[in-house]
Amino acid sequence: MEKAGVKIGLEIHCQLTNLKTKLFCGCPSDYRGKEPNTTVCPVCLGIPGTLPRPNQKAVEDAVMVAVALSSHISEETVFYRKNYYYPDMSKNFQISQYDGGGGVPVATSGMISVEEDGIKIKVRVRRLQLEEDPAKLVHLGAIDTSPYTLVDYNRAGIALLEIVTEPDLTSPREARLLLQKLRSILEHLGVSDGSLEGAMRCDANISLAGGARTEVKNISSFKEVERALNFEVMRQRSLMARGLKAGQETRHWDETRRTTITLRTKEEEQDYRYFPEPDLTPMRIPGEMIESIRWRMPELPDARKDRFVKQYHLPPMSASVLTSEKALADFFEKCAHLYPNARQICNWITTDLLRCLHGQNLEIGESKITPANLVEMLRMIDEGVISGKIGKKILPEMVKTGSSPREVAHRHGLVRISEHEVLEKVVKSVFDEFPSAVKDALTDEKAVHYLVGQVMKRTEGRADPQLANKLIRERLRSKTPQVS
Amino acid sequence: MTEPHELTASEVARLIASGEATAEECVDSVIERIHAVERRVHAYITLDEEGARQKAKQIDQRIKERKPVGRLAGTVVAIKDNMCTQGTRTTCSSHMLESFIPPYDATAVERIKRADGVVIGKTNMDEFAMGTSTETSHFGPTYNPWDLTRVPGGSSGGSAAAVVCGETNLALGSDTGGSVRCPASFCSTVGLKPTYGLVSRYGLIAYANSLEQIGPLTKTVEDCATLLTVIAGHDERDCTTANLDVKDYTNHLKKPISKVRVGVVKELFGEGTHEGVAKTVMRGVDTLGELTSGYEEVSLPSLEYSLPAYYLIAMSEASSNLARYDGLRYGYRTPDESLEWGDTYSKTRMEGFGAEVRRRVILGSFALSAGYYDRYYLKALQVRTLVRRDFERAFSGFDVLVGPTMPLPPFKVGEKIKDPLELYMCDVDTVPVNLAGLPAISVPCGFFEGLPIGMQIIGRPFAEELILGVANAFEKSHRLEARSPPLR
Repeated sequence: MEKAGVKIGLEIHCQLTNLKTKLFCGCPSDYRGKEPNTTVCPVCLGIPGTLPRPNQKAVEDAVMVAVALSSHISEETVFYRKNYYYPDMSKNFQISQYDGGGGVPVATSGMISVEEDGIKIKVRVRRLQLEEDPAKLVHLGAIDTSPYTLVDYNRAGIALLEIVTEPDLTSPREARLLLQKLRSILEHLGVSDGSLEGAMRCDANISLAGGARTEVKNISSFKEVERALNFEVMRQRSLMARGLKAGQETRHWDETRRTTITLRTKEEEQDYRYFPEPDLTPMRIPGEMIESIRWRMPELPDARKDRFVKQYHLPPMSASVLTSEKALADFFEKCAHLYPNARQICNWITTDLLRCLHGQNLEIGESKITPANLVEMLRMIDEGVISGKIGKKILPEMVKTGSSPREVAHRHGLVRISEHEVLEKVVKSVFDEFPSAVKDALTDEKAVHYLVGQVMKRTEGRADPQLANKLIRERLRSKTPQVS
Repeated sequence: MTEPHELTASEVARLIASGEATAEECVDSVIERIHAVERRVHAYITLDEEGARQKAKQIDQRIKERKPVGRLAGTVVAIKDNMCTQGTRTTCSSHMLESFIPPYDATAVERIKRADGVVIGKTNMDEFAMGTSTETSHFGPTYNPWDLTRVPGGSSGGSAAAVVCGETNLALGSDTGGSVRCPASFCSTVGLKPTYGLVSRYGLIAYANSLEQIGPLTKTVEDCATLLTVIAGHDERDCTTANLDVKDYTNHLKKPISKVRVGVVKELFGEGTHEGVAKTVMRGVDTLGELTSGYEEVSLPSLEYSLPAYYLIAMSEASSNLARYDGLRYGYRTPDESLEWGDTYSKTRMEGFGAEVRRRVILGSFALSAGYYDRYYLKALQVRTLVRRDFERAFSGFDVLVGPTMPLPPFKVGEKIKDPLELYMCDVDTVPVNLAGLPAISVPCGFFEGLPIGMQIIGRPFAEELILGVANAFEKSHRLEARSPPLR
């Protein structure tokens, strides 16, 4: 995608999934897989008379992210009401924070650095703020044809951290990389598990040279952000090519139809009638809290990447790949504790394991493979029990089932043939079949290789090549006519 | 012999504690009284006679077994119908919530129940507490026990009427812009609006969160202090409550007040104050002057702007608070099933809310709209700051500030309801206190042509002890023609 003139800003909503309770009540924040409307209480259902009680830990988590993004942290943060009617709102207003006059978010002016093809770009963060997640609407099929809408309030009131970037991104791919980076940071901080469905969602603002800003809503994943924005770039380009202008509007990304559709134009923009939430007092963020968070700050992806390069002598690009996901970096380090050749581990993870995960549409955390299993496989290769090629062959099953490499290799008869007698028989049969090659081999080294190749072929690559070589040479030697 | 329903709560408690009467007898006496007058007064929306009797029996049983009982043991308490009562419908006097049964008790209700208060029922009020006369109730008005052709004040009119004619020993009201003090004044009861943050609002169905407090409506200042002691104090479910030590407000009622400095607020006797009110309240002020070190006039110029500021803030907050009534989860829903969700919401709200509620929601939405927010809502907040500062300044020279609670005596049912502005004007003396978050008590001060007049005593933040002490001394010394209405 050509970059010139494309400006993208993201509004990212991350659920603070590691909190025990919702943002303003004591309901469990682990709502996934629960019966609809069971992790609810009068507060998150907006029953008359109830009042919000802020979750202190959520504020701490938000401050932690703010520190990680080198943001300016407010001394006092204020919650606002964002008023609008929608069936996913139990109170028909959302407790949020406000970026207009008088509003004070948890933090402002931060920075996220993203690496694209080894080049670092810095994206400014405008603000970080807390708000409550609305309920989930469930439709039968598509939203516009469903005969009904069901509301599941289990999600209502889950703590959301909203991170808004400046329009510093210049391509859809950068947008995806930024989301990935942010996810890795949140996971390293231990505040959010990005692998959970819907844990990270985003809206994107996009404009092309001189054109009006379009907001794209309803983007549910990293892949989707790139797709949706690519579509928008194309759409706006083709408008420009026809001499038309993209109007300022809000569009909806339709994942199944892979297109954006107009949600509302500038004239129809909603007036949210923001005003300070009278049921909550401004929340102080004391300096001591920030200090103690700085102290407890875990290692972040960038630092971890640098350490991987230094400690394990990994190429920087590979270290980037490993640290782009916390679970992956953890997996690597666990392997590195069990096996001395870190580079070898890194190669296997960044190429074969990732390809394999991708093929099965899994994340490392969702797959069953363990570091011990991967390391065992590497050892089997080292010991000649299997070849590297066999390793690649058995990896998918290890990922899928969690079985040990030995088990998989044996189950499929893939363990290397290194028994003398067995291989002797194969060699003999090859000699019998290719007498002319045998003859050539007496003088021509190339023909020896041919014979070895035939042995490998017959054993489907399982023969120990060194042993095969040795046996062939021994047999040739016995055939060498006595020099007269 | 005086019937228990005529007694104050502390007298009832003494009777029960000494064994002279059982809780059941006391509760029955109140129920009988309700049967005798309720058809004419209409103080209640929902009664729970059976629940009250059962609770009384339990208390008697515990007394018999010499087990400890709470300090409200056997006293009957009426709850304004905007406070949630678990299992008992809570309507806010609105068609919208006519069948709403809360799944929990408001903190104040919970504390009353824990103190063994006997909750008898839910009292009538203006719809969603929006009114000054209890006439906007979906269930029809409450009538003033002193003159059944007149209003009892509002919005806690049912609670005040019930207290003064013996339909309960104690009652809770809520005060957003005078809704406890106004009916206290019109019905000749004691009514306290506590400092903002003293009493938990958890379970109080919000009208204007930043202004309102739950407060007692009682026959005497002593009862008021008792009930306040039960309901006051930090509640982790309401983070706007102050984290202060729990006090027993009855302990200091008799503290000498001779050194208390009384300021008479000039603006509370402003233009539009009924002559009878001014005269009656000034007689009260004279009494106060004799009990204390005398009084002086003090001026708080910003009070002039407090009425519009109050209405802008209250309506703005209300427009957001009442947004949740859409018929989706609870409450009224239009029977028309053919509409899309947006139209269903509109129709539900059109049919479920009364005219005054709709007016305030629409005006509040307007005031918060982009382009108007600065001109209305923000401006109102600035006035609020000015009012607060004016009070602070006044309190540097005085310990309590006094004036009339209401600018006029109780008016006729139907007299003002057609003119909202005229009704809003009635709140002119009560709203400044809500804007400033201060405590204020209305005490019976006398009668004008047979109609009750209340005097308002305002204190510094969390100075409930002092204003209760002053009010108590006043109550003991100021002669009143009558303590209860001649209603048979």
